Amino acid sequence: MNSERKNILLVVPSMLVARGLEAILDSASEFRVSAILSGISSESIIRLKNTGADIIIIDPIIFDYSSRANARSAISQYSDAAIVGLRTVNMDDESWKQYDETINIYDSPPAIVKKLRSALAIHQEAPRSDGDELSAREKEILVCVAKGMLNKEIADQLNLSIYTVITHRKNITRKTGIKTVAGLTVYALLNNLIDYSSVE
Amino acid sequence: MKLADLISLNYKLLEVLSRLDIGLGFGEGSIADACASHGIDIDSFLLICNEYTFDGYVASSDQLANGSPSDIMKYLHNSHVCYMSKEMTKLETLLQTLLEPTGETQKKMLYKFFHDYKTEVKKHFEYEEDTVFPYIRSLLRGERPDGYSMEKFEENHTNIDEKLGDLKNIVMKYLPECCDPIMRNDALYHIFRLEEDLYRHTLIEDHVLVPMVTILESHE
Repeated sequence: MNSERKNILLVVPSMLVARGLEAILDSASEFRVSAILSGISSESIIRLKNTGADIIIIDPIIFDYSSRANARSAISQYSDAAIVGLRTVNMDDESWKQYDETINIYDSPPAIVKKLRSALAIHQEAPRSDGDELSAREKEILVCVAKGMLNKEIADQLNLSIYTVITHRKNITRKTGIKTVAGLTVYALLNNLIDYSSVE
Repeated sequence: MKLADLISLNYKLLEVLSRLDIGLGFGEGSIADACASHGIDIDSFLLICNEYTFDGYVASSDQLANGSPSDIMKYLHNSHVCYMSKEMTKLETLLQTLLEPTGETQKKMLYKFFHDYKTEVKKHFEYEEDTVFPYIRSLLRGERPDGYSMEKFEENHTNIDEKLGDLKNIVMKYLPECCDPIMRNDALYHIFRLEEDLYRHTLIEDHVLVPMVTILESHE
């Protein structure tokens, strides 16, 4: 049904690529391209905030070389949408991993649709910053932090991406106001999330 | 301006006076009188008071050029002594009383946290006392020591406010209910005041001492 179509915002400087994606997505009944931006200016950031997109497909080439690696977090400041990277440039794997999914310009239309579905699914599991109390997942991560585990170790143990772990940690600090690992350990202990023997 | 009027304007400057060894009972004496009789350069005194009082205060380059780095260092040194002896000890006593009714492990954990914080602050101050201040003193003697500059200080100037902020949140939000609410307030008042004081202290280092010494360095 039309009303259930997911809105997609394209941030792509090439009209050729933008129109091509639009055509492919229009033929899939579940997606609709709601807007196309050719870059990120202060004006388009307002649109980014208000467009209500479910997915943003972004070509990292719009960021200059030095800020490209952090492009995803730059966009996340303005939108809660799932972010999909378009592989038009060469970047190291870590930089691509920050995206919920990546599309290659040589992907077939069914492959693109499949990837967008998976991006939405991954994104729905990703941390939300709703509410002021710690969520069950945040508590789980807090316990790992209190035990002295590194982000990478936490990501491996809980089967999450490092990016997700970092977002959880930011939310924990925002909610509790506690910034240091030592402080979080005290918090975990006072709230009976760990016992003293596990941190001694 | 009368010294008494200055204190009425911002009573928190009482702390500044005592760190510069200016006692109370100054009667109707002016700021200039007090500075003269205590051998403190008036430009430096005003720089400290302004930075301590007004948010976003920016000192003019004339003020910075006229001020005395020695007097600023004297103030900073006395502040360090005051933090480590008076303020920390008071905070420790407050915490001990406050945590009296809590469980053994909770006490142990919080004391350890406080102790780590204290060590961190001590190290931070020691770096300034043992590395930065001697460097500035030799610059003032007209020497140009190798291998150090104010730029390095700025790089190494660490944050010491995070753990205190954490302690504030823990005392305010997460201590068990058995802790006495009045003592809890006492501890919180002290932490809030210490937090602001340390914040102003850092501003005086970054916005007064650093540019002053950078001027000295450029004259070499």
